[in-house]
Amino acid sequence: MQQDAEVIIIGGGGAGTSAALHLALRGVPTILLERGLVGSQATGSNYGGVRQQGRHPAGLPLAIKSRAIWARLPELTGTDAEFDPCGHLKLARSEAEEQSLLDWNAKAAEFGLRPRMIGRNAIRDQHPYFSDTVIAGSLMEEDGSANPRLLAPALARAAKAAGASIREHHAVTAMAHDGALFHVTANGQQFRAPWLLNCAGFWGGQVAASFGEPVPVEALHPNMLVTEPLPYFLRNSLGVVGGDLYLRQIPRGNVIFGGGHGEGDETALRVRPTPQAAFGAMQRAIAVLPALRDAMIIRSWSGTDGQMPDRFPVIGASHTTPGLLHAFGLCGEGFQTGPGIGAVLSELVMDGRTDVPLDAFDIGRFQVQSVAA
Amino acid sequence: MKTVVVVGAGPAGIRAVEQLVRAGLRPIWIEESPDGGGRITQRPPAGFKRDAASLYGADSGRAKRLHATLDAMKPRTDWRPDTLVWNIRPEARTLQTLTGGSQQGEIAYDALILCTGAVDRVVPMPGWTMPGVTTLGGAQVALKAQGVGIGMSPVLVGSGPLLILTALQYIKAGAKPALVLDTTPFLQKAWETSGLLWNAPTFLRGVLMDLRLRLSGVPYAEDATPIAIEGDTAVTALRWRDSGWREHVTPCDAVALGWGLKPESQLADLAGVPFDYDTKQQNWVPRRDAAGRTPVPGVFLAGDGAGIGGAEVAELAGARAALALLADAHLPSDAALTNHLDGRLRTEARFRAALDRAFPYPAKLAAKMADEVSVCRCEVISAGELRAAAAAEAPEMNRAKAFSRVGMGRCQGRLCGPPAAAVLADALGVKVDEVGRLRGQPPVKPIPVQ
Repeated sequence: MQQDAEVIIIGGGGAGTSAALHLALRGVPTILLERGLVGSQATGSNYGGVRQQGRHPAGLPLAIKSRAIWARLPELTGTDAEFDPCGHLKLARSEAEEQSLLDWNAKAAEFGLRPRMIGRNAIRDQHPYFSDTVIAGSLMEEDGSANPRLLAPALARAAKAAGASIREHHAVTAMAHDGALFHVTANGQQFRAPWLLNCAGFWGGQVAASFGEPVPVEALHPNMLVTEPLPYFLRNSLGVVGGDLYLRQIPRGNVIFGGGHGEGDETALRVRPTPQAAFGAMQRAIAVLPALRDAMIIRSWSGTDGQMPDRFPVIGASHTTPGLLHAFGLCGEGFQTGPGIGAVLSELVMDGRTDVPLDAFDIGRFQVQSVAA
Repeated sequence: MKTVVVVGAGPAGIRAVEQLVRAGLRPIWIEESPDGGGRITQRPPAGFKRDAASLYGADSGRAKRLHATLDAMKPRTDWRPDTLVWNIRPEARTLQTLTGGSQQGEIAYDALILCTGAVDRVVPMPGWTMPGVTTLGGAQVALKAQGVGIGMSPVLVGSGPLLILTALQYIKAGAKPALVLDTTPFLQKAWETSGLLWNAPTFLRGVLMDLRLRLSGVPYAEDATPIAIEGDTAVTALRWRDSGWREHVTPCDAVALGWGLKPESQLADLAGVPFDYDTKQQNWVPRRDAAGRTPVPGVFLAGDGAGIGGAEVAELAGARAALALLADAHLPSDAALTNHLDGRLRTEARFRAALDRAFPYPAKLAAKMADEVSVCRCEVISAGELRAAAAAEAPEMNRAKAFSRVGMGRCQGRLCGPPAAAVLADALGVKVDEVGRLRGQPPVKPIPVQ
């Protein structure tokens, strides 16, 4: 039977569009199917953190690989998606939190990263705008932030220029594997290929389930807020131990911050921020940066990502279907890793291997659990 | 029916509340301003002593009746002035409020009537963000509320009844306009006469106003095109072109712009009401039936926020929406009044359609604005940047916003939305409704971090 491409990708987020670009650059005929416009969900609606800081050691090799691609974005796509290595400063508000920063810094050093501890006196000197609740911080100077709205469109544009077929407004309505080829129906058309990449974010769970691999993925809705422009004072992107506040200021002055969760309907397509989460994030933001008390919120938003129970994504080969590769359920941490995941998927297709350890992300971990239960 | 909330205390809100109270309900009544009364019938703050005749002219009778009902209804409702509704959660049937600019609140409702009014439609042009430039509605409210003009020698630019009305009010106040520039040709207005006769009294008033302006000695240019507002730090002149394509520079100290109105419909959007493009009005309008029911259970719309109809229609529609709410809740409602209102609203709709044809939004003027004109004044985004977004494959407004930041600032696209859509559609070579509209996001207006 004839095939329409070598690889079909479902989902036009950061991972899917990056996979399309990396495959197209190696001359692989690739079709990407996206329900709406590329980058509409988790990739386009998140905080915009490009952060290795604070990640679980199992995820660091992937984050490090992805960080190298972020540096090459202009060369790959013709734009930097406003990526700014402004540094990510993770704050401690107690001695226990300070200790957890020290512990992570020591682990990160094993991976060749160089986070820098900023102690009690230094944090006062260098960041006079913090309240006294902040007692220390860990700075990853090469981390930073980018504009989430620009990443996936930039990768998709470059992928298209390199020969990939990017099909927006192509919601997948049926998919099957006939032993040799995948048959995917989208927007009334059928597409056939020997490889299928599941980059469908939260909805990746549906794709996996349709090939006999159900996983306990849940919808995760970030809760994002932005203030009117304030005088520029904050160079670093901020996080806190525990992760219940993340905050950055863009050079034009707006402070973008988030924390807590929004809400969505059962389709997870109609989502919105929640007032209670917004108030919580405001409280925590003021607790760290009292000057924000006088600012005005002009906009808030949410989106949909997939969350796994163990907070690890699902990345790697299917256990049921040859040629099916998963990369979904990125647990709110996929904006930084998306470009790297796309590269990894292209290597799995073309080389049958990748230098990034993926064991912790294997989809089989859920099947084992269900057998044990 | 446990809790009914009416948002807005303009003509629609006042008449809606009147019917609810008449049926024995005690609604929660929320108004963003310190007092109600609407915009056309704007009330001055307490302590200002000008009589209704001098404030509202031919509208004074209607204004007095509205304000009397407003004051009579306040004690019979849970009246909450100075309160902004900034979010609605339709599934939970709750809304978030901000009172006095600082006090957060949440209200659970069973039914909701949104009477959120309208905002001026503008066409950005060089110089439009300079001090001294305002909207026609703003110029009028300044006069009525504060007894203050926007200048001693203003230029008024736009189209529609509000242009003429504002001009006459400024003449009367002693600030004779240096120029009234109407972008619509006289013949286009005259052509719609037959349709305008659906409301003969209002039409006659309009014709008389038009005559008074022509006899006033104020320069009145029709079928004219504004080119640029000039000045370094404040307005000094308007450069414009007449119907014979001759250029003029008219010195002035202020400019007011306005081409009809646009529904203030962000709350309907947040409530989950779908929108349709009204090609006559050239506006996105929340979906509702003739009585004001939306497809969202328990949510009703009335007044200009539900599609522009003007103050008279708003009064009818407000009462009608309240009657629909009562009927749907199986509460007693006045059947005779319902029939009467339905008839009046049908006739008024024909009048409005003719009015929309007579005074069209100059979409071409907006679509063709120069690259360097700032279309989004909050974020300072030029038409050229928006066109670049179109070139980077932004097939619709929200993607264009994502690429260019247009509509991302304080006003959330309330002002720049329509002209930005005109620019984007023109750049893409599609009809303006094909680029969609900016999605509403809470808060509908800025709220403090606290």
